[in-house]
Amino acid sequence: MSKGTIKKVAGPLVIAEGMRDANMFDVVRVSEQRLIGEIIEIHGDEASVQVYEETSGLGPGEPVESTGMQMSVELGPGLITSIYDGIQRPLDEIMKISGNNLQRGVEVPALKRDITWEFVPVKAIGDSVVAGDILGTVQETEIIEHRVMVPHGIEGKIKQIHKGDMTVEEVVAVIETAEGDKDVTMMQRWPVRVGRPYKQKLSPDVPLVTGQRVIDALFPIAKGGVAAVPGPFGSGKTVVQHQLAKWAEADIVVYIGCGERGNEMTDVLNEFPELIDPKTGRSLMERTVLIANTSDMPVAAREASIYTGITIAEYFRDMGYSVALMADSTSRWAEALREMSGRLEEMPGEEGYPAYLSSRLAGFYERAGRVITLSGDDRQGSLSVIGAVSPPGGDISEPVSQATLRIVKVFWRLDSALAYSRHFPAINWLNSYSLYESNMGPWFNENVESDWMELRAQMMRLLQDEAELQEIVQLVGMDALSAPDRLKLEAARSIREDFLHQDAFHEVDTYTPLEKQYLLMQLVLNYYELAGEALSKGTAIDDLVKLEVREQIGRFKYVPSDQVKAEYDKILKTLEVDINNLSKKEDF
Amino acid sequence: MPKEYRTIQEVAGPLMLVTGVEDVTYDELGEIELANGETRRCKVLEIDGNNALVQLFEPAAGINLSNSKVRFLGRSMELGVSEDMLSRVFDGLGRPIDDGPEILPEARKDINGLAMNPAARVYPEEFIQTGVSAIDGLNTLVRGQKLPIFSGSGLPHADLGAQIARQAKVRGTSEPFAVVFAAMGITFEESNFFIESFRETGAIDRTVMFVNLANDPAIERISTPRMALTAAEFLAFEKNMHVLVILTDITNYADALREVSAARKEVPGRRGYPGYLYTDLATIYERAGRQQGSNGSITLIPILSMPEDDKTHPIPDLTGYITEGQIILSRDLYRKGVAPPIDVLPSLSRLKDKGIGKGKTRADHANTMNQLFAAYARGKDAKELMVVLGEAALTDIDKLYAKFADAFENEYVSQGYTANRDIEETLAIGWRLLSILPRSELKRIKDEFLDEYYGKV
Repeated sequence: MSKGTIKKVAGPLVIAEGMRDANMFDVVRVSEQRLIGEIIEIHGDEASVQVYEETSGLGPGEPVESTGMQMSVELGPGLITSIYDGIQRPLDEIMKISGNNLQRGVEVPALKRDITWEFVPVKAIGDSVVAGDILGTVQETEIIEHRVMVPHGIEGKIKQIHKGDMTVEEVVAVIETAEGDKDVTMMQRWPVRVGRPYKQKLSPDVPLVTGQRVIDALFPIAKGGVAAVPGPFGSGKTVVQHQLAKWAEADIVVYIGCGERGNEMTDVLNEFPELIDPKTGRSLMERTVLIANTSDMPVAAREASIYTGITIAEYFRDMGYSVALMADSTSRWAEALREMSGRLEEMPGEEGYPAYLSSRLAGFYERAGRVITLSGDDRQGSLSVIGAVSPPGGDISEPVSQATLRIVKVFWRLDSALAYSRHFPAINWLNSYSLYESNMGPWFNENVESDWMELRAQMMRLLQDEAELQEIVQLVGMDALSAPDRLKLEAARSIREDFLHQDAFHEVDTYTPLEKQYLLMQLVLNYYELAGEALSKGTAIDDLVKLEVREQIGRFKYVPSDQVKAEYDKILKTLEVDINNLSKKEDF
Repeated sequence: MPKEYRTIQEVAGPLMLVTGVEDVTYDELGEIELANGETRRCKVLEIDGNNALVQLFEPAAGINLSNSKVRFLGRSMELGVSEDMLSRVFDGLGRPIDDGPEILPEARKDINGLAMNPAARVYPEEFIQTGVSAIDGLNTLVRGQKLPIFSGSGLPHADLGAQIARQAKVRGTSEPFAVVFAAMGITFEESNFFIESFRETGAIDRTVMFVNLANDPAIERISTPRMALTAAEFLAFEKNMHVLVILTDITNYADALREVSAARKEVPGRRGYPGYLYTDLATIYERAGRQQGSNGSITLIPILSMPEDDKTHPIPDLTGYITEGQIILSRDLYRKGVAPPIDVLPSLSRLKDKGIGKGKTRADHANTMNQLFAAYARGKDAKELMVVLGEAALTDIDKLYAKFADAFENEYVSQGYTANRDIEETLAIGWRLLSILPRSELKRIKDEFLDEYYGKV
């Protein structure tokens, strides 16, 4: 362990001398207050340290001590329902110690040491195990079974294994390995900047169902996929992220508030325990881990927060779960990187961002994926990552957006024009995309209805046509359009208003199961088809546009799940009858 | 007695280099004594071995390398706070300028504050009635929110700011309130307008003012908003008051920050502003809010003027990413005589959803709000089309929307700076305007509300 002294302090950057023996990326303790920092550069015996806490009051001569360990997180029972800061300190525990404001130098372990968990072994004495094998389980919350795995680097025979209530530090098993006996506790550590290993990556082909119509139907994301949500402020990035955290069909959700508003985290903390997961019937909080490094908290910890979050997510992936991680916002992370880079006086790349911005971003997103985990039983787990991007002025030609776009497969482009007309989610249907759509098409056709992809294609075509027709309307007016074109516009409007528009704050509309999405697509497209037929038989377009049943289609999304089928049949019937009546009227 | 140094090596713009210092720490407050006995304040920006890079809070004029002395005070910049600050006027550095006595502080607080633990926050959800329809009805303000006004030079943001400060109230309560007003680089007239407006309504007795005018030193402005928020935190979280903080004009603050950054030769971000502008603004704005164990709240209304009315300029842009919404003023509406000229479509209050509805405002509020937005957006589109192609090109329904949009601007948004509409009146006007449209168009409103209000107001 190496000990040095402070030479220079400039904001979150401290330069310490006498650090020749320290390793790159070691965690250090700075000054008598033992502030946490990390070595990010070494020149001779001078080390540059980024400090994760406020540095005011530090001066030359104060001690700097290396712990000889890389920045790591504690992994074990107790993670779920926690709220951590960027370097995994539990914010609720800190509050008990230092009150409503964050003081410096507070040391609290990430996992509570005094709580006991009931460990139920699934392996027995004498069993051979490899790293990643499940030794036993702990019921962490009502719905999450925490699987205690053999830590990496350990392989051998189980010599002892204990059943019963234990804390995270007590030995639950002893494994006899080639290098001697190893004690295993329920808690393990993992350095955040290193991805946790797996056996093999698989290509994602199962959708992560989100209950958000525009996402599931038009631009689906796969389990193990990566998506980016860029948009100017006020376009609803955070609401989209919250909706996904609430309703995505994942076993575990890790939500990282990186450099964003404090009240947003409070909102999550208040709301999630109240919300009921439609799949399990339990509170959403029971599957959620929160990381909050808000914009007023120290900037260096913001840089660490996304790594802390993704390491925890990988740990649950290794248990064989489907994990979804939301990072809001990666732009703030990039800005933290830029700030440190500036203080290190590095040669800047574009817009002052360091030249390694895109490789760091790629390295982060690439930790997502569907994998076969290390272990004897070839368990599969997946980690999906959804990153928000906050481009300055909403202009995505800036470096963070561009670097992100080169990596992600799903792109939900938020549009301020849509947000102004309160069309939410404000995902632009013309320039968003999902590259998983062809991979997952068969899944939708098999698991929902066989013509799902066909209906989707029809909707996309109508929306595309609408954009072209709108251009004509802008030039020459609605009257210049033929009746079939006007009907097309009406159908597209119905897709936009009745299908794509979704109210996150409406108790029913906030989540739409795939079956209901399908029925709604059917209604909207049936109107177009039936009206089209009537039109060709001579029915007046104005009558078709004014049909009263269209209002019912518009309200279909608010119909509670148990009445969906009956309501659907009723509306469809009315639609057929009304259109039929219209064409009869024409006959006279 | 702290050590005195006569070792100033360089003075350049707002920066100064002092060599040979000992036991000086980062962010420490310093004092420079000139030959004539005058003192100026400064703080340590960077400490490297025995060299301290120091930022001045006051002008450098008169500093002499050979006979000026520097002392470091062993603490960071502080403000002495007390309830007696109400009704007083201070300069940008917290010194009284109203000929009143010095404040006897109850406590001294570091002006940088400490970040609030997100787990300790209480979510803001109490509706504040400002009496301005475009805000109450469509971009509702709640206690503990930070909602900026994005304006432009020559637009009446001062009138609107003063109107909000005058009329804001939480219905059915009489809890103690206070206003903290910080002026940064604004003109005497503008500052005086606010003061007069507080005086007229008697609010002056409940107001603390920090005033840095256009001709005061620019670098003082860097600490002005922090002074104001330190006073506000004391009143809100220790004295349980509901504090409304008005900061004007943030653009001048950011320019002062840019000046220091440029002097330090930092790598600039967009438009020469430092890369840490976001973080810096966040440490100001995020001090608003509510917290557990205290009844008080800080509601923050920063006012900023967008250069060239450009919302994508770094200052409004970064502000919008931190604050919980924005009220945007529009030059077009101003020219049309709409007062206040609030452009409701790009304006937004992110916290409105929890602050409105049954028990807070009225059950139909959320539905009508969404419908008004959607209808106005469509009406504006229709009007644009009408400009290009003439009225004949519009469908009948679009003509109604165009008519709605005009009525909406003239009756709903425009109300003058003295009208104080309660929320029922605002909602009633909304329903009256929506009744211009056929009922089948109002898809965003539940049937029960349509039955109750449509065509009946």
